[in-house]
Amino acid sequence: MATASSNDDPAAPGAEAAPRFDREVNVGDIVFRAVTAFAGVLVILALALVVVDLGAASGRTLVRDGASFLGARAWDPVHGLFGALPFLYGSVVTSIAAVVGAVPIAFGIAVYLTEYAPLWLRGPLGFLVELLAAVPSVVYGFWGVLVLVPWLRTTGEPALASALGFLPIFQGPPVGNGMLAAVLIIGLMVLPTISSVSREVLSAVPLALREGAQALGATRSEMLRAVVFPYARSGLAGAVLLGTGRALGETMAVTMVIGNRPTIAASAFAPASTMATVIANQYDEASGAHLEALATLGLLLLALTVALNVAARLLAVRTRTAGSALPPRAPRASLLP
Amino acid sequence: MPPLDRSPSPDGASPTSVNEPRDDARGNDAPKMRAEGLRAFFGTTEILKGVSLDLARRQVTSVIGPSGCGKSTLVRCLNRMHEVVAGASVRGRVTLDGRDIYARDVDPVLVRRRVGMVFQRPNPFPTMSVRENVLAGLRINGLPIDDPEALVEKCLRNVFLWDEVKDALARLGGTLSTGQQQRLCIARCIALEPEVILMDEPCSALDPVATAKIEELIQELSERFTIAIVTHSMQQAARVSDFTAFIYQGELVELATTDDLFTNPKNRRTEDYITGRFG
Ligand SMILES: Nc1ncnc2c1ncn2[C@@H]1O[C@H](COP(=O)(O)OP(=O)(O)OP(=O)(O)O)[C@@H](O)[C@H]1O
Ligand SMILES: [Mg+2]
Repeated sequence: MATASSNDDPAAPGAEAAPRFDREVNVGDIVFRAVTAFAGVLVILALALVVVDLGAASGRTLVRDGASFLGARAWDPVHGLFGALPFLYGSVVTSIAAVVGAVPIAFGIAVYLTEYAPLWLRGPLGFLVELLAAVPSVVYGFWGVLVLVPWLRTTGEPALASALGFLPIFQGPPVGNGMLAAVLIIGLMVLPTISSVSREVLSAVPLALREGAQALGATRSEMLRAVVFPYARSGLAGAVLLGTGRALGETMAVTMVIGNRPTIAASAFAPASTMATVIANQYDEASGAHLEALATLGLLLLALTVALNVAARLLAVRTRTAGSALPPRAPRASLLP
Repeated sequence: MPPLDRSPSPDGASPTSVNEPRDDARGNDAPKMRAEGLRAFFGTTEILKGVSLDLARRQVTSVIGPSGCGKSTLVRCLNRMHEVVAGASVRGRVTLDGRDIYARDVDPVLVRRRVGMVFQRPNPFPTMSVRENVLAGLRINGLPIDDPEALVEKCLRNVFLWDEVKDALARLGGTLSTGQQQRLCIARCIALEPEVILMDEPCSALDPVATAKIEELIQELSERFTIAIVTHSMQQAARVSDFTAFIYQGELVELATTDDLFTNPKNRRTEDYITGRFG
C-alpha cells in the first residue's frame, strides 16, 4: 500500500506491523450460502427426479422396442397397440407450422419496437406483447373453442378449400377442430415469446455499430441489413428455437381445439393429436403398457424441449459475446426468461 | 458538386480513385464547411449555444475544450449524426460548400456519405471481415465497386495498415488490435471518399505508438480531405492541426490558427484552458 509519496521501504525491518488479512469466520455468510445453495440444488434434484421417474414409468419402452414404438402409426389402447408416430407427427408439424407462421410477425413486431416505433409507444406496446405471453393457456383455448373453431368450420376452412383445394392439405370436410386450429392457436401463443426475445436481442446490438453504419450513409433499413441483423443472427435463431420449444409443450389450449384423434391425415382440417395432448387426455385412465407408452412420450417431449432450450441459450449467449469489444447499448436483464 | 437532395442521382456518386482530391475547385479558398449560429439540444437542454465556425478546405481543424463542453455534439452536428439520438435536435445553419445541410430537402443520408466520421472507440463491424469492413460503406450504399481487391489494398495502404493485415483480410474486423481497428475504421471511412472527415477523439483508446500512426495519417489525409478532429490532448492538436477551435460550455470561445491559439490566445478563457488553469 505504499503510495508514490511514501518513501518507506516496505521490506525494511522494524517498519509498521504488516497488515493482516487473516480469514475471519462469518456465520451469517455460511448460513446464507447454505440456504441459497440448497435452493439451487433443489432445482437440479427436481429435474433429475422427473427424468428418473418418467424413465422408470416408461418401463424401458424405448430400450425394449424403440424403433417400432417410434415408427408405429397405430395407437389403440384397447387392443394394446401403442405407436408414437401420430403424436410425433402432430407435435412436430403443428409446432413447425405455427413457428413458421409466427416468426415473420414476431420479427416484425421486434423490429418495429426497437427500430421504428416512436419512443413513447415502445414501452406500452412492448408491455402489451409481454402480456400476451402471460395469458393462461386455457383462456386461449377457450377463445379457440368459442370463436376460432366455429369460424374455421363455417368460414375459414370452406374458403381455403375453395381457393386452394387443389392442395391435399386443404381438402376434406371442414371440421373446425383439427390441425389448422391448433396451428393458429399455437402460433398466437408463441408470438410473444419469439417477439420479446428478438426484441431483447435486437436492442442488445451495440449503439456504436448502429452509428457506425449510419455515419457511412446507411438508411435505417440498410443499417439493419448490413449490421444489426448479422450481429443479432444467432440470438434471433435462439428466439425461434425457444418459440419452438414452447410450441411443442403447449398443451391445454391445443387439446381444446385439435380434435384429439391419433391419426396422421393429409388434411390440415382433420383432427389430430400431439405428444402433449395425448398425455393430458389419457393419463388418468391409463395403466400398464398404456401408461408406459404415455410416460415414454413424456420423456421424449422433455428431451426435445430441453434440447431446444439449451440450443436457444447457447445461441443467445453467442450473440451477447459476439462483439465483446463493444459494450451493449445499456445494461440489460438476461436475454432469456 | 454532387447533389444532397433526395432525388437519386442518375449514376450515383461513383467512387473512382481514392487518391484524387474530391474538391472540384482545387484553388478554392472558401471554407469547406461553415456553421452559423448552430444550436444543438438534447430534449430542451441547449448543448451548443450558437456556434459559428469554419472548417478550412483541406486543412485540419482541431476542436478542444473541457469534458462535456459539447465537442462531440458539435462534430456530430456537422454530419447530421446528432439527430439520430432520440430527442436530439438542431437549429441554425451548417453549410457544406455553401449548401445548407439542414435545409428541408436535404437527405441526411447523403450528407453522411460526404461527411464521414471516425468514432472515439473503434467500431469495426464484428460480423464482417477486414476486407468487407473496408468495403462496407460502398456495399451499404449500393455503389458499384470496379475492383474490390485494389480498392481494399489502396484504402488499407492509405491508413498504413496494409502491411500489417494483408495476410489477414479474411479475419473478422474485431480480431485486430485496437489501434489496427481504428485505422480500419478510417479506411472504411475514406473508402467512401467523403470530402470531410470528422474524428471524435480517434486516439483516446490507443497507445502512443498507434496514436503516432494515426497522427501521421491525419497529416497525410489532410492533403485530400478536410478534417476536423476532437482531441483532449493539446499536444496532439498542436502536432496535427492547422486551426484550433476552443469550445467552452457550448460556445465557441476562439478559433485561430493552431500556432496563434497556443502561443498568443486572444481570449482569457482560452489562455486559462491551455495553460491548465481549469478544465
Ligand atoms: N444522449 C444525451 N442525452 C442528454 N444529454 C447528453 C447526451 N449526450 C451528451 N449529453 C450532454 O451534452 C453535453 C455535451 O456532451 P458532449 O458529448 O458533446 O461533450 P464533449 O465535449 O464531447 O465531452 P467529452 O470531452 O467528455 O467527450 C454534456 O453535458 C452531456 O452531458
Ligand atoms: Mg466527446
